[in-house]
Amino acid sequence: MENIQKDIGSLIEQPACCSGGKKESKGKPRSTSTQIILGLLGIGVWYTVYYQLEPLSRYLTYDLIGLGKDSHLGASIQFFLYDTPKVMMLLTLVVYGVGIIRSFFTPERTRKFLAGKRESTGNVMAALLGIVTPFCSCSAVPLFLGFVTAGVPLGVTFSFLISAPMVNEIALVLLYGLLGWKVAALYLVTGLLVAIVAGWVIGRLGMERHMEDWVQELRANADVMPDENLTWSDRLKHGLDAVKDIVGKVWIYVVAGIAVGAGIHGFVPENFMASIMGKGAWWSVPAAVVVGIPMYSNAAGIVPVIHALLEKGAALGTVLAFMMSVIALSLPEMVILRKVLKPRLIGTFIGVVGCGILLVGYLFNIII
Amino acid sequence: MNIKVMGPGCPKCAEAEKIVKTVIAETGIDAVVEKVSDFQEIAKHGVFSTPAVVIDGKIKCVGKVPSKKEVEGWLK
Repeated sequence: MENIQKDIGSLIEQPACCSGGKKESKGKPRSTSTQIILGLLGIGVWYTVYYQLEPLSRYLTYDLIGLGKDSHLGASIQFFLYDTPKVMMLLTLVVYGVGIIRSFFTPERTRKFLAGKRESTGNVMAALLGIVTPFCSCSAVPLFLGFVTAGVPLGVTFSFLISAPMVNEIALVLLYGLLGWKVAALYLVTGLLVAIVAGWVIGRLGMERHMEDWVQELRANADVMPDENLTWSDRLKHGLDAVKDIVGKVWIYVVAGIAVGAGIHGFVPENFMASIMGKGAWWSVPAAVVVGIPMYSNAAGIVPVIHALLEKGAALGTVLAFMMSVIALSLPEMVILRKVLKPRLIGTFIGVVGCGILLVGYLFNIII
Repeated sequence: MNIKVMGPGCPKCAEAEKIVKTVIAETGIDAVVEKVSDFQEIAKHGVFSTPAVVIDGKIKCVGKVPSKKEVEGWLK
């Protein structure tokens, strides 16, 4: 997932680093209480608007445009008019909240924190921290090196690398908005489990010598960055920056994805996918994983499509496996990782994570 | 002054390089800008989240695109 690098962080408050850094001096200074009142007011407005979206989309489609309630086009357009603003509003709110939370978790701090952890506990902590630590796939390799040289065990590092792109707020918001909280919760829990177990297994296999030789010789140049002290208004600003950065980048995927989803919703017959991606087709889970590897998309683009597949009879397990494979196992990331890992370790990584995803797929097809 | 902009070549790294170059052009400071995209080289500097800016061997910022104001501050 093209996440999020908006790192937070600002050095902005470091006196040595930035002459223009005193934010309070420019713009109007707002007291904390004013900010809290503004925030509550904003949430109130958000809430009110959010619950008007459904009736509004119906009014627009069926009364104002005058499409028939049973028409394919009507169904598609109402779907689009409802889902697009709904998902965008959810996304904005959650990205803002997570942006603020992220200002507490820089990669530097995560690394320092994980360096002292033993395997099993470390795997769990790494997967959890993967959710909230800012991560951008082009930062994967430097981050990997930083973790390993700081003494974070290899398996724990992998837990982080698997969880960070796969389990993130954008995926969860979209799943919640389009498929409900149960699917979002399932994805969260199983995504974390895959990251924890796969990382743990890789750690057990003792593959440290399958990192490139120069990596093994690297020694940490620890603590190069001093911790910054952020005030609350800095953190609120980070939330805003995150919204600008992330929502500004992913909205086009969301709209395109929902448009495709809306088309499928209105025009593709029910149960169309049942024979290909339904529960009956046992081979569809491994096929979904394999097809997902060369595909590369972020959560924003993939969830609306998945929504449409599910609606037309695809099985939940198959669809979740597909989504995890697309996001967690991407070819471009493998190519980058090849610079620090020998082929055997990359193969193991793909194999272990792939098996984990496969299990998730079968598990859900069986129990749901 | 030697300025290194580090990053494997993602859009953010290119943006960081552009901002640094713009500031240098605007202020007329005598500095050499170097783009470092080799992971080994980046790791040797202890940088592990990109883009990063290193001036005369000192890390100024990691993991984000600096603002023009910040860069101006570092160059003084």
